[in-house]
Amino acid sequence: MTLEEKKQEIIEEFSLYDEWLDKYEYLIELGKSLEAFPEEKKTEDRLIKGCQSRVWLDADERDGMLYFTADSDAIITKGIISLLISVYSGRTREEIAGDDFGFVAEIGLKENLSPTRANGLVSMIDTIKRLAENGR
Amino acid sequence: MTLFLQKYVNLQTYQKQMSITEIRSQFPILDTCVYGKPLVYLDNAATAQRPRSVVACWKGLVEESNANIHRAVHHLAAQATDAYEAARDRVKAFINAPAREEILFTSGATASINLVASSYGQLFVNQGDEIIVTVCEHHSNIVPWQLLCERKGAVLKVLDVEEDGRLSPERLKKVLTKHTKMVAIAHISNVLGVVNPVKEIVAICHETGVPVLVDGSQGIVHEKVDVQDLDCDFYAFSGHKVYAATGTGVLYGKRKWLEAMPPYMGGGEMIETVRFSGTTYAPLPMKFEAGTQNFNSAPTLVPALDFAESARENPAVQAEQRAILDYVYGHLMLDSRIVLYGTSKEAKIPLFSFAVKGVHHEDLALILDKMGIAVRSGQMCAEPLMDYLGVTGLLRASFAPYNTLEEAKYFIASLQKAIEMLL
Repeated sequence: MTLEEKKQEIIEEFSLYDEWLDKYEYLIELGKSLEAFPEEKKTEDRLIKGCQSRVWLDADERDGMLYFTADSDAIITKGIISLLISVYSGRTREEIAGDDFGFVAEIGLKENLSPTRANGLVSMIDTIKRLAENGR
Repeated sequence: MTLFLQKYVNLQTYQKQMSITEIRSQFPILDTCVYGKPLVYLDNAATAQRPRSVVACWKGLVEESNANIHRAVHHLAAQATDAYEAARDRVKAFINAPAREEILFTSGATASINLVASSYGQLFVNQGDEIIVTVCEHHSNIVPWQLLCERKGAVLKVLDVEEDGRLSPERLKKVLTKHTKMVAIAHISNVLGVVNPVKEIVAICHETGVPVLVDGSQGIVHEKVDVQDLDCDFYAFSGHKVYAATGTGVLYGKRKWLEAMPPYMGGGEMIETVRFSGTTYAPLPMKFEAGTQNFNSAPTLVPALDFAESARENPAVQAEQRAILDYVYGHLMLDSRIVLYGTSKEAKIPLFSFAVKGVHHEDLALILDKMGIAVRSGQMCAEPLMDYLGVTGLLRASFAPYNTLEEAKYFIASLQKAIEMLL
């Protein structure tokens, strides 16, 4: 699936739910199904600054593609980072760095988070972009 | 009471027989809907909502009485000064202070405590002296003392609390030494919601001549405060938690200390004469009120404290608050997934901070928000207490006289729904 197709899939998925509580249920499910993140990787340098809850993000490069893994101690935040990495994992650095992350606005995610969490989301996006642009 | 203020105070006389519904009708913000659901405001420990009388007074001060106080001779200035000084009298009566000169206006409890730490500390605290705070203090009653200790080479000692959240006078006796220069404690912790035995603590400290500062930010809202009965040396509180305008605050200090303490800030009306050869200071309270005062807001303390008093003495409010306390306390204690902090029931106010096992406080707050419920999540400006309890943060629901048992029930039902979503 191309990056555009994947984004479209998520926009459609979100449009199925009218209520934000249902959208949260969806994010919680995503959070719960996120692949386990090794404890030893929960280091200070993998911690995303600017989030109220703790969020760790790591990237590996294989065959010219970036693969992200992540974790958070808050489940909705974990769902959000899970959503982001499901879109951007397995893409090239150029694809990620060149993307405008506009689909996040399209699903109304940022507007529906508390200001502290919205800042956290911005930090997550910045970190994904930074990892794509200059590695660690 | 000035004629000007009288108009706003009379706008709504809070009869002690008012029903909760009548009280709620005085708080227009309570009719707000969030995400299509009626607002249930349970973040009162951070900021209380304002009754119509306070809002009208606030507006009236700006629209009809805006002039700088104390100096000019014109009509508006006289009116503004009268309103400001009437507020001082109202505060004096509210906390039963011996004299109006012992009531200082500040921007809030934080400013009040900083004033004491800085000014009292400058004169009375020296190298090797000790200041005692408790582990359950708000940062505003920790950091000013840390700054003082750094400046003076003094030592900040920390008093632990008992498992149920109460301060133990016996434990205090063990940490008091001949070097102790101040004991600074919360009347009620903003996290634990337990009323501390302030009178007993003051008596113990006074046996060895140690003064006591009480952070009354929560105490002023929930307790009948009588500073002469408590015999505390300082009592600090903010206006915004007790229904007054933001940016208002009070420091009560015993005259003997305030007379001895050097000014905190210089400038404005705090002087008697200014010469380059030396300046002499105004008498109390103006000695501590440097610069332009918050005359557009401080007088809102008059209708605010009128409301606070009528609510406190209203049997319907007392019964509802008791019912809320019993209901919420009972449910939080019974639910094995929940850990409530500050469990001393006999000293408990309707303020509940708790953790849910395996669930992040922030997730809960976010889901409750979507259900229309405003609660606080996080460290609540008490990081040392969070470390002490071994948690990264808590969820806090704090109730006010305009909250109902029905709201408490909705809160508990919503909380259970949120936990089930997250577990």
